[in-house]
Amino acid sequence: MTARGELIGAILLLGALALGPAVFPAVGQPFLVDLAHRLIIVGIAAVSLNLILGYGGMVSFGHMVFFGIGAYAVGIPAYYDDYSAFSHLVALLAAAGAFALITGAMSLRTKGVHFIMITMAFAQMAYFLVVSMEEYGADDGLILYGRSEVPGFDLGDDTVLYYVCLTCLILAIFAVHRIVGSRFGMVLQGARSNDRRMQAMGFPTFRYRLVAYVIAALICALAGFLEANRNEFISPDMMDWTRSGELIFMVVLGGTGRLFGPLFGVTAFILLEEYLEVLLDVISPGLGVYWHLPFGLLLILVVLFVRGGISGLMGPARA
Amino acid sequence: MDLALFVTQTLNGLQLGVLLFLVAAGLTLIFGIMDFINLAHGAFYMLGAYFCGTVLALTDSFLLGLLIALPLTAAAGYIAEVTIARSLYTRDHLDHVLATFGLILVLDTAVHWFWGAEGMAVPSPSWLSGQVGLFGAELPTYRVAIVAVGLMVAAGLYLMVAHTRLGMLIRAGAANRTMVQALGIDIQKLFAVVFAIGAAMAGLAGMMIAPITEASIGMGNEIIIVAFVVIIIGGIGSIKGAFIGALIVGVIDTMGRSYLDQLLKLVMSEQFAETAAPALSAMLIYIIMAAILVVRPQGLFPPRTR
Repeated sequence: MTARGELIGAILLLGALALGPAVFPAVGQPFLVDLAHRLIIVGIAAVSLNLILGYGGMVSFGHMVFFGIGAYAVGIPAYYDDYSAFSHLVALLAAAGAFALITGAMSLRTKGVHFIMITMAFAQMAYFLVVSMEEYGADDGLILYGRSEVPGFDLGDDTVLYYVCLTCLILAIFAVHRIVGSRFGMVLQGARSNDRRMQAMGFPTFRYRLVAYVIAALICALAGFLEANRNEFISPDMMDWTRSGELIFMVVLGGTGRLFGPLFGVTAFILLEEYLEVLLDVISPGLGVYWHLPFGLLLILVVLFVRGGISGLMGPARA
Repeated sequence: MDLALFVTQTLNGLQLGVLLFLVAAGLTLIFGIMDFINLAHGAFYMLGAYFCGTVLALTDSFLLGLLIALPLTAAAGYIAEVTIARSLYTRDHLDHVLATFGLILVLDTAVHWFWGAEGMAVPSPSWLSGQVGLFGAELPTYRVAIVAVGLMVAAGLYLMVAHTRLGMLIRAGAANRTMVQALGIDIQKLFAVVFAIGAAMAGLAGMMIAPITEASIGMGNEIIIVAFVVIIIGGIGSIKGAFIGALIVGVIDTMGRSYLDQLLKLVMSEQFAETAAPALSAMLIYIIMAAILVVRPQGLFPPRTR
């Protein structure tokens, strides 16, 4: 169960995100809305990674490939002037689902460091495939000239899209909450703690893991779908291996296997990314470009000294 | 097929292979002995290139650059082991990946700070600027020298691991860490030494490639991923595996890029082959790695004992 401090923190954070589009422009900080919007979308991706990494013990080092697939499921149909959200989502389900099912079935035959590396290898394959697709902009990416069209909704309106994203984030957290508490989630967590024992008890843990892997992939692809709509620009950079590394960091920073952990991790990461540079420039003009240096040091220090991430600081998980 | 082109491409493949070996050897030693994933190993490759380039600019001597940059890179590896890696051996792989990911950011930015964002052009030594003729191909002497140096280091490493006391400890450490410690060996010191040797070898690869590609900030991050592919293919912890894996990856990657389109044209339309070949050749080594992981997860030449 979730610690009380963690729950309160999450409600405050989600409340701030919900009020954001009304409050931020009113206090003269309209660009914060965009920041919050990005935070929500990356948050969805982090929540999905937490399902397999935190609860399932699967350290996927190529999770952002599904983010990229989701984005290209919008971009490629849009390139052929098909802006219907229905086509985009069908493309997303087919592409991300098939990729997750096939690569997951192969990756999950391996364990430990081999799993980390094989997920990275599959992500690299997809990355290089996209980079070599000259038709769809290759390295330079694609600019979209519109957003997915949903009957009855105007996603072209930034505020509407914002609340759609926020709803997706809350639904994703709720879905993970339900999955983790279900029999399926118990088997998944049991397999993380002691795979051999679960198998001895008669659970085909491979299948449970694979299903979790596909679910997480589809949620992450949904985040990519939303990001393509928000930014109206997609590029292979979204699925670079360093992006997957950053996503793992966000989940660990927030606290692995904690329901709201990814949310805190993403918030801390995005605020640091945004303000560390500004802060350094205040200390000494021109210093801002080197913001990766304190950022990297912080990463190392977090790994060395902060066990359990931000959620861990808010109180221990109750069994 | 044009024989001269084939010979040139083989040399290029071997050159990539030995450079990969120099990086992968340290990676596989560190992983084999300490069970530690070092994503930042590529940073030593980059540091080597910058150290060597700086000394070269000051002294105008490539040899002096190598001689001074090698101990400097080894020292950087030693410091990284003592300050960061040492406290992480007992943690899980996820923590290794994250901490060394942070170390990459730190070292990349430090290089940016000291040497600027632009790459650093490193002139190749004039005494290696000629060409060597072989089977009708004119091969640049410098590239031949890289392959020769790489093979010599590989042979030296083999001799060290197989026939010296340090090598014996390394093999023993890879087989059973706890037992080595119980026999009264200072395992901490052994780890630090292995880390420094690994860093120096990666640095050497960076120094030798710098005159061809120039020293740049992202260079380590490109090679480290391929080096991981090499040690997975070869079998983690095995130096022999790293050597053979590196040559396989180096040659297949180079050959794939130059001949895959012709090969594909035999089985599919010309137009399709031309679009598919670049994508497929970039993915080739990852496809091989995934296939090997599925069929033989322990790699081609896994170390005998774990």
